[in-house]
Amino acid sequence: MSTIDTSRAKPHAASHGHHDESYLASRGSLFSNIWDWCTTVDHKKIGVMYLFAVLILFFIGGLAAILVRLELFEPTRVVGGKVVGSLFQSLTAPEATSTAAGNNWYNRTFTLHGAIMVFMVIVPSVPASLGNFFLPIQIGAKDVAFPRLNLLSWYIYVIGSIFAVLSIILGGVDTGWTFYTPYSTLTDLGFSRVAIMVFAVFVLGFSSILTGLNFVVTVHKLRAPGMGWFDMPLFIWGVYSTAIIQVLATPVIGITLLLLCMERLFRIGIFDPSLGGDPVLYQHFFWFYSHPVVYVMILPGMAIISELIAVHARKRIFGYRAVAFASLGIAAVSFLVWGHHMFTGMGEMASFIFSGLTFLVAIPTAVKVFNWIATLYKGSIAINTPMLYALIFLFLFTIGGLTGLPLATLATDVHLHDSYFVVAHFHYVMMGGTIMAFVGGIHHWWPKMFGKMYAEKPAMVAAILVFIGFNLTFIPQFLMGAQGMPRRYASYVDDFHIYHQLSTYGSFLLLVGFLLHAFVLVHSLVAGKKAPANPWGGLTLEWATDSPPIAHNFHHEPIVTHGPYDYDSVVPPHWDPKDYPLPDQKQVAQIHAGH
Amino acid sequence: MTTLDAHTHNPADPNSPAFARYKHGHHWRSQAEEFDGTKLGFWLFLSTEVLLFAGIFCAYAIFRMLYPEAWAEGSSQLDWRFGGANTIVLLLSSYTMAAAIYSCQTGKFARMRINLLITIACGILFLAIKFLFEYTPKWSGWFFFLDPHLADVHHTKEALGGLFKFVEGYGGKRPGQFFDYPFAKDANIPLWWSVYYCGTALHALHVIIGMILIARVYLKSLKMTYGPTYYTGVEIAGLYWHLVDLIWIFLFPLLYLIH
Repeated sequence: MSTIDTSRAKPHAASHGHHDESYLASRGSLFSNIWDWCTTVDHKKIGVMYLFAVLILFFIGGLAAILVRLELFEPTRVVGGKVVGSLFQSLTAPEATSTAAGNNWYNRTFTLHGAIMVFMVIVPSVPASLGNFFLPIQIGAKDVAFPRLNLLSWYIYVIGSIFAVLSIILGGVDTGWTFYTPYSTLTDLGFSRVAIMVFAVFVLGFSSILTGLNFVVTVHKLRAPGMGWFDMPLFIWGVYSTAIIQVLATPVIGITLLLLCMERLFRIGIFDPSLGGDPVLYQHFFWFYSHPVVYVMILPGMAIISELIAVHARKRIFGYRAVAFASLGIAAVSFLVWGHHMFTGMGEMASFIFSGLTFLVAIPTAVKVFNWIATLYKGSIAINTPMLYALIFLFLFTIGGLTGLPLATLATDVHLHDSYFVVAHFHYVMMGGTIMAFVGGIHHWWPKMFGKMYAEKPAMVAAILVFIGFNLTFIPQFLMGAQGMPRRYASYVDDFHIYHQLSTYGSFLLLVGFLLHAFVLVHSLVAGKKAPANPWGGLTLEWATDSPPIAHNFHHEPIVTHGPYDYDSVVPPHWDPKDYPLPDQKQVAQIHAGH
Repeated sequence: MTTLDAHTHNPADPNSPAFARYKHGHHWRSQAEEFDGTKLGFWLFLSTEVLLFAGIFCAYAIFRMLYPEAWAEGSSQLDWRFGGANTIVLLLSSYTMAAAIYSCQTGKFARMRINLLITIACGILFLAIKFLFEYTPKWSGWFFFLDPHLADVHHTKEALGGLFKFVEGYGGKRPGQFFDYPFAKDANIPLWWSVYYCGTALHALHVIIGMILIARVYLKSLKMTYGPTYYTGVEIAGLYWHLVDLIWIFLFPLLYLIH
């Protein structure tokens, strides 16, 4: 039995000429190739374009993080106002390297880091790049439902990012990535950098909505014959749940930012208390979007982990339906918990209710984590880079999830609110969760996307560097946060010196790890071995087509005849275990014998 | 090369009208599926539009609860007759839009075009009433004589044969902190005008977008793009226009009728 039942397959409508070539194949001159990419409606090319854009912005945001860590290396300023600060100061404030100017610079740098990482990196990272590339292939479709809309959302994303970078070039924004009113309506009135940044985020929201609704329609309408809802790979379930949140939450930030812009332009006073408005209303509106968006960030990460663990442990995922429903469950609960960002600004009863609702998220999340661990149990685990990242994810995300509990508990949150404990917590969830899954997913699918194998050993070394660097960066932040170090301060008392130093060293290690990854991946494009169609022995549909896939994804319309993880009964198509042997040869032989 | 190349090689008779030659995008299995998918996608998009306005309605509800006096006074400053006229105009346009879709499906193209034109005309009429009789007078201090609130105001000038009255010292009912007029009874009344102007202006923007969509459908209908076998664009424009109507149906009583 194979993934594609050719006896029932119809010949492809356009299976002639260049449609059988790899989607990366170039025809004609350099200029016409570039034009081809700029006007393509092929979801694979758009996915690669997203990946490229996201990685560039990840680099910019990461650089800002390093600057923040450098600033905090000493209790008083070392960077701000001296080295890099002078660049910003020359454009904005006339005063020289005073403490105020340094603080000003610091505020702008962490805002830059936060805004870029949240709105331009983590939110679009997995769905828009890997999702765009693999969602249609995994359900056996030729493209997403609305290919031109897909290209449009990439352009909207780029335009939004350009606006955001423009506001930085003009001198930066110092409101923090949350743009809390009334500060964001009153600061920096002479320049309109805040307005530009807010507008940029508004534009980026459109990109998110369009991608989300494209994916929902694609999953509903374009699944291959034979693929029921519960034959979909778990990656699809995760991206589908994410798309629902994107569609239902993003408009709310749209109207919020529109009102914020109106408030800046016309002083309408919906959020400004001096005009009768309510600043906590802004926080309600903002977090009604931004909390579900936390799950937009983590759900696709979880979805990747499901794939990595099933494929690289060669086992049917434990409790497939529970994992699938857990994605929808998380998506549903995500809309009910926004109030936990305002425990210190709401009434007691509301806080009490939101605290209880917040605990609910732990249930579907734990279902997923325990199911992954159960899948690993007695699996034929191949320790390679993707699997390493899956394990790193499990470790870091569990810490991130559990440290959420003291923050969701009213009594402890009063102490921990706006401290470095919060900073460490959301970095463990977002970076330890999403970014680790993203990097793991990139390695998992790299041979499929570009047709080249990367060097496994250096990539694993890089993964270990990232793991150590990450923990060295953020564990000290838990410790000092619990001792009362507040977030968003450029200077601090000497007691926290050693923690900040460790944290900064950790961030350097992280940088080295990621640069090594970048080197390994670029090297593979230049000098990598040609990848086979199915290097890992996966059973989902993307492994049943060429590496890299042809322009129309499949030579024949696939008809699904088995589940995505039926390793115990199906031999993967195109898979030669001699090329990429798994550690347990006996088990591989058993799989081949069909046991 | 694109994956949307279905339009480039079409075997049908080149003399048949464009809608009969329409071929669905090749990543869809059939035209019916494409139609269903497009409609599902557009319904999802409409849900995002509803959520966009939900923010305005939410602000309305909260501030109404906090400052009931300001809300009562604010809505008494609006003339329900203009809102009512606009409601009737939009309801009429909703009917003509639905009729245009039906005419398209049944192949009555002249009737379809007339209905589309009436719909656009209704949109223009709606905006004209909004800008000429509501926004502009309120901003400048000129009021249409029907405004019942002007009966007890004495410092007035008249224009256009008594059609408009200018209220001295009124300052215009602008949104935000620029808002100021001497006989405002409530300190929070600027908030009322903020919500009023944000809500109605956002709605007016949607009316304009809807009119552009319908105008596009009209221009394409001249080339026989739409017909009984292919009318996705007409249907989509219609859905959008009905949403615009629906939002006004909520805005009108909230802003004009409830005191």
